[in-house]
Amino acid sequence: MNGYNFAYLDEQTKRMIRRALLKAVAIPGHQIPFGSREMPLPYGWGTGGIQVTAAVLGPQDVLKVIDQGADDTTNAVSIRRFFARTAGIATTTHTSDATIIQTRHRIPEQGLREGQILVYQVPMPEPLAKLEPSRAETTRMHGLAEYGLMHVKLYEDITRYGHVSISYDYPVMVAERYLMSPSPIPAYDNPKLHRNPALQLFGAGREKRLYAIPPYTAVRSLDFDDHPFRTTRAPQHCDLCGDDASYLDEVVTDNQGGRMFVCSDTDHCESRRAKQEQPA
Amino acid sequence: MTDDRMLSASGLNLRFGTVPALVDVAAELWPGEVLAIVGESGSGKTTLLNVLSGHMAPQSGQVLYRAPDGTETDVHAMSAPMLRALHRSDWGFVHQNPRDALRMGVSAGGNVGERLMAQGSRHYGDIREAAIAWLAEVEIDADRVDDLPRTFSGGMLQRLQIARTLVTHPRLVFMDEPTGGLDVSVQARLLDLIRGLVARLGIAVVLVTHDLAVARLLAHRVMVMQRGEVVETGLTDQVLDDPQHPYTQLLVASVLAA
Amino acid sequence: MNAIQTHALSKQFLLHLQGGVRIPVLHEVEFHARFGECVALSGPSGAGKTTLLRSLYGNYRVGSGALLVCHHGQMVDLATATPREIVAVRRDTLGYVSQFLRVVPRVAALDIVAEAARNVPREEARDMAAALLQRLNIAPRLHSLPPATFSGGEQQRINLARGFIGGHPILLLDEPTASLDAENRDIVIAMIREATARGTAIVGIFHDAVVREAVANRVHIVLPHQEAA
Repeated sequence: MNGYNFAYLDEQTKRMIRRALLKAVAIPGHQIPFGSREMPLPYGWGTGGIQVTAAVLGPQDVLKVIDQGADDTTNAVSIRRFFARTAGIATTTHTSDATIIQTRHRIPEQGLREGQILVYQVPMPEPLAKLEPSRAETTRMHGLAEYGLMHVKLYEDITRYGHVSISYDYPVMVAERYLMSPSPIPAYDNPKLHRNPALQLFGAGREKRLYAIPPYTAVRSLDFDDHPFRTTRAPQHCDLCGDDASYLDEVVTDNQGGRMFVCSDTDHCESRRAKQEQPA
Repeated sequence: MTDDRMLSASGLNLRFGTVPALVDVAAELWPGEVLAIVGESGSGKTTLLNVLSGHMAPQSGQVLYRAPDGTETDVHAMSAPMLRALHRSDWGFVHQNPRDALRMGVSAGGNVGERLMAQGSRHYGDIREAAIAWLAEVEIDADRVDDLPRTFSGGMLQRLQIARTLVTHPRLVFMDEPTGGLDVSVQARLLDLIRGLVARLGIAVVLVTHDLAVARLLAHRVMVMQRGEVVETGLTDQVLDDPQHPYTQLLVASVLAA
Repeated sequence: MNAIQTHALSKQFLLHLQGGVRIPVLHEVEFHARFGECVALSGPSGAGKTTLLRSLYGNYRVGSGALLVCHHGQMVDLATATPREIVAVRRDTLGYVSQFLRVVPRVAALDIVAEAARNVPREEARDMAAALLQRLNIAPRLHSLPPATFSGGEQQRINLARGFIGGHPILLLDEPTASLDAENRDIVIAMIREATARGTAIVGIFHDAVVREAVANRVHIVLPHQEAA
């Protein structure tokens, strides 16, 4: 296969990553350190997600890769081509046809099913990083389940803005035990984390951590009883397919301030349009 | 007669290299009582406070704590999670420098409410109300509840630290030179506040101070330490007005009268 | 019945800072005071009257001998009692009015007195304190001020109010009228008489012969201790 091992990583590395993944699945939401390898692209470009995908990929898998919901942006295309070349596996842009979906910063609109794996690219795995600079202290906080500090942050937001100001990478409690960063997905996507039939794996290459949410695990976005978690989306509908419930991208169309709103999930949008164009 | 001591320590020894920090120290504390530990720098008083509160382990000896339900635990045999939980609920610790205990980037209300949130409070309105109530107890204006501690004076920071500590109604509070470094008038206000709160809430206090006047004002009993040893202990006014040990006599004689 | 009594009470001061010089002050003192009686301690200056009074309060440590106080019907020996026991005796039984008010910063005169009231709700304590201060000619406009800037006489009257408001069964008074004018002196005399009539045992040092004559049922003479030749 062009001189590369299947899916680029050597088998020992894949074994190491799989061991870490098993641990991660056994302790939902808890960050597991792993020996992140040098990949043929720099940190910050999805090396964590790629290593996780490489470790779980098999010859029969069908891979979909999205970046901010789109299959056709540069990064998604590059990574999909990377795996096609080093593993020879089938690829797709259809969520329902994929067995493994690697994603940067979005969860597909289409509900996932048992047997599918969603691999998230994670820049910063530590949800408390912005509040507590000491890694030793955050480790202790996770170990002792002392998460008062995160609630203080939410309290401060409500005090200052009247509502929680976190719009992406909204912290969650996994199985009511570990505080977790769901990666920079919009808060809008958080409800999809909860009791998802698919296996959700998270990889951070630069920070050398991975974590997991097994299927059907309880995932709760942090909130207060009198300020419950709520999702927000742009009030518009998609200018291409008309959906008023999907997460939208705002696209600037000209230099006069013209703009349009389109579904961020390209597969979702295309599928809807395909159905609409079918003769009745 | 049943033993109802809240804290009892015996045989405490600790050396830092060749320097004796605690030499066969014993101490006891009853509910609602204020015990002052006085001494000069190097006397071992802060070390004793740290050992009693579980922050530092002695090389020999033990510290026993009796919980409200009567069960007695060895403070240094407790697991780390248990000790941390104890410090967040039944116990409190007021540091000499409030900046060590406060989150300077979090509002006053957030600072006071943090212990409540750590204990599982999930109602924003209730937490905020409790924070405002405690700010009032320490004489901080309610309209400062959303301000950052960065904008507070030294005395206000110390009062904020006290509010943050008392919000969970601890039975036992350790205080390390709570008025150290403050202006005299600010000290007076703080001492009056502490005196009132302790009496009204029936809190037991172990208070470390080098200032005998603070001990006289706040404490029922006082322990005098010198080079790791307890040289004299007893009723505060008795120890300060009729000192028996040479070192105590020296300390008392050295106090400047205004 | 004896409210407070001593047996062979001895006390000396050992001054380590002055080369260990010993100053014996009290030698095998036999003293008693009954409920409803006022005993005046008298004797030459420096003889040990204040030392004896402070020892009775537990403020000075007894060297040897017994110091018995009738506390809740039992005789408690303060010479051997634990600090907690002494605190309890002082809370319920034994009151003390020092010669000078030890000023607590910031606390209003009214609160200084009200704090010393026992077993009454706060509002009632404040009313009692106000009444007592007025009786002692402390004008209402001064009640909310901390006494640090008051005159010696005013401070002493606040001190007296604090001592009397508690209604302790045994009261020790150290020169209660020393800084007072004649009018206020007479008010204090009346207060002492009312207390003894109520059954309070009072032990006092009264420099002023007039006061002593007016209140004391008995005089206990304290003589300076003579070292055996």
